[in-house]
Amino acid sequence: MSIQINKLKCVGCGKCVEACPGNLIKKDTDGKAFIKHVKDCWGCTSCLKECRFEAINFFLGADVGGKGSTLSFRQNGSINTWTVTSPDGTVKTLEVNRQESNKY
Amino acid sequence: MKNRIIDTDVLIIGGGTAGCFAGITLGKKKDLDVLIVEKANIVRSGCLAAGVNAINAYITKGRVPQDYVDYCKKDADGIVREDLLLSMSERLNHVTKVMEDLGLVILKDENGDYVARGNRNIKINGENIKPILADAVKKQDNVTVINHLNITDFIVENNEIKGAYGFDVNDAVFYEINAKAVLVATGGAAGLYRPNNPGFSRHKMWYPPFNTGAGYAMGINAGAEMTTFEMRFIALRCKDTIAPTGTIAQGVPAKQLNSNGEVYENKYGLTTSQRLYGTVTENREGRGPCYLGTKGISKEQEEDLYKAYLNMAPSQTLKWLEAAGGPSEENVEIEGTEPYIVGGHTASGYWVDNNRETTIHGLFAAGDVAGGCPQKYVTGALAEGEIAAQAIAERLEGSGKGFVVNEVADSELSQNAFAKKSEYERFLNNKQGLVDIEQTEEAMQKIMDQYAGGISTDYQYNEARLELADEKIKFLEQSIDNLAAQDADDLLRIYEIRERLTVCRSVIAHLKARKETRWHSFAENMDYPAKSDDWLKYVNSRKENGEIKIIIRDLVRGGDSYEHSDK
Repeated sequence: MSIQINKLKCVGCGKCVEACPGNLIKKDTDGKAFIKHVKDCWGCTSCLKECRFEAINFFLGADVGGKGSTLSFRQNGSINTWTVTSPDGTVKTLEVNRQESNKY
Repeated sequence: MKNRIIDTDVLIIGGGTAGCFAGITLGKKKDLDVLIVEKANIVRSGCLAAGVNAINAYITKGRVPQDYVDYCKKDADGIVREDLLLSMSERLNHVTKVMEDLGLVILKDENGDYVARGNRNIKINGENIKPILADAVKKQDNVTVINHLNITDFIVENNEIKGAYGFDVNDAVFYEINAKAVLVATGGAAGLYRPNNPGFSRHKMWYPPFNTGAGYAMGINAGAEMTTFEMRFIALRCKDTIAPTGTIAQGVPAKQLNSNGEVYENKYGLTTSQRLYGTVTENREGRGPCYLGTKGISKEQEEDLYKAYLNMAPSQTLKWLEAAGGPSEENVEIEGTEPYIVGGHTASGYWVDNNRETTIHGLFAAGDVAGGCPQKYVTGALAEGEIAAQAIAERLEGSGKGFVVNEVADSELSQNAFAKKSEYERFLNNKQGLVDIEQTEEAMQKIMDQYAGGISTDYQYNEARLELADEKIKFLEQSIDNLAAQDADDLLRIYEIRERLTVCRSVIAHLKARKETRWHSFAENMDYPAKSDDWLKYVNSRKENGEIKIIIRDLVRGGDSYEHSDK
C-alpha cells in the first residue's frame, strides 16, 4: 500500500513533501515530488488532501488485497470527493460532507 | 553540519495531539515563549494524520468521571494510577468543548446534546481534527513551531532538564535547544515487532509507524523512571488493512464469529485484552479465521461504513470496493496486530506525578509517552497536554526570558553539544558496510517477534526466550554505531532504529520482571501462566550505568495521590 505521484500533474509546490508525517516524499532533480520510501507509507492520505492538483493516487499493495485500483481525492467546499478507479476503467465516487458527523 | 542554538522558556517535543494542545494552552501565557519541535509537520503528524472516527473518552449524560476511572481500572485489571485517571477524566468534556469551539464537528440531537455511541463515546467527523489543532497552534503569537526537526537526546544536569539536542531532517543542521521546562509528547512506539504485513505494506499498521518511541528512549537514556512497559498493546483489527473494528462492532453492530459461525466473544470476557485473546485462541484451536459478522447489513449501512472509514482509514473502504462483495455480503475478517508500547491505550510510559512531571525535574510528559493512565485516547491526550502546560506555566510564572536563535561556530559549542554533533557526523562519515539500516530493522523485528512474544508465537514468551531476545537486541544496539547515513534523511532513520532498540530492551526487562499472566496476549508469560495477587504492583524501571534496574512499587489506589518523594 502506497501512493503514486503523477509527474504530469505535479507542479512542484512541495505541499506533500511538507505534510507527509513520515518524511517519505522528496523533491526530484526536476523539482517535482516523488515518494522516496515507497514501502513506508502508512496510508493516511495526508498528501492527497494537501495536493490541489489531484496529482497523487493511493493504492493497496497486492499483499493486503490490492488489485490495481486507485483512490483519489478532491475537496470542494465542505465536500470531500473520493474516487476509486479500477484497472478496467470503472469509476465509483463517494462524497463525504465534512460538516456531517459519522453515523457510526 | 551548521550549528543553531535556541533559547526558549518552554520546549515541547512532538507536535501531535498532546503537544499541540499544550501549545494552545500555553498560548494564553503571553509572558512565556514556547517552541514546538516536530520531526514531520504538525499539520498532519502523529496519531491523527488520517483522522479519527469518534471521541472514545467522554463522560456521557448521567455518568461521572469516576465511572471512567473504574472502567479503565477494570480493563487493565488493577494496574493503573487512579489519581492520574481521575484528573484526566475530569477534563475530558472540557477539552471536547474546546475542540468543538475550534471547529470539530460533533453530532448533536434535537436538544443540542452530543449523540453518544455506547457509554463513553460520542460521534464526530474527525477527518480534519489534526489541521484544526495545527491551525489553533499557529494563531498563538508566543508559540513558534519548527517542523522537520528531530530530537534525539535530552540535556540533563543533576537530574534537572536543561533542553535537548537534535537535527534538521532535511538539511543536517545541528540544534541545541535550551529551555527552562520541557514537555515530551512524542507518542508511543510502533515497529518494535515484525508487523502483520512484513512485505510491501509493512507500514500498514495500527499505530503510526513514524512514532518510534523517541520520547521513551530519551527518558530511559536520561535515567527517568518508567512504568508498566510489560503491558503491551495489541489491537484487534480488520485483516490486512489493520483498520479499526470498533466502528463496525459498535456501529452496525456486529459480533465476533469463528469460522463455524459461533459467537465466541462471551467465552473469553469483554476487556480489550480478552477480546483479542479470544480471537487468538479460536485461531490456535483450529476454529479460525475469525470475523465480525456483518453479512446481511443493509446497503445503506454499508455505504455509511464506506464513508466512516474514508474519514479515518481510507484503505479499508478501498479494500471493500476492490473486493467482490462489501461488508453486506462478506463478513469482515479480523486479526491481532503486532504489539506496540503506547501509554494512550495501556499504562506504559513515564512515571509521572499528578502534574505529569517525570522523575527528571522540569521534564513533563503527556499523551502516549505518559504512563499509568490508559484508555486516554484523543481527549485524554488533550487533557494531559493541558494539565502539563498549566503546571509548566505555574512553575515559570514571571520568569519568561524570551526566544533567541543563534548560529554559532563549533568552537562555541559546549563539550557535550560538540560530542552529540560528532555522533551525528560520524554516521554521515561512516562507509556503507554489509549491514544497512533496513537489515537492522528487520533483524530487530524478527528477534522481538520470535523471542519476545510477537505474532508468530501467539504473543507468548518465557524467560529463556526473553534472555535470548535481550542478548540479540543488545548486540544490534552496539552494532548501530557502524551504520552509514548518506544524508539527514538516512540519519533520521538510524535514530528511529536506535530509539526502538532502546525501548525493546526495556520492554524485555519488564516482561521478564512481571512473573504472572495478568493480561492474556498483552503479557502472556508461559513460565507463570496464572494471575497472582502478589503482582498487584507496578513494575517500574530506571536505567543506571547502562543496565535496566527494576523497581517494584505499591499501587496508588482511589483517593490516594502520588507525589515524587524528592520534592
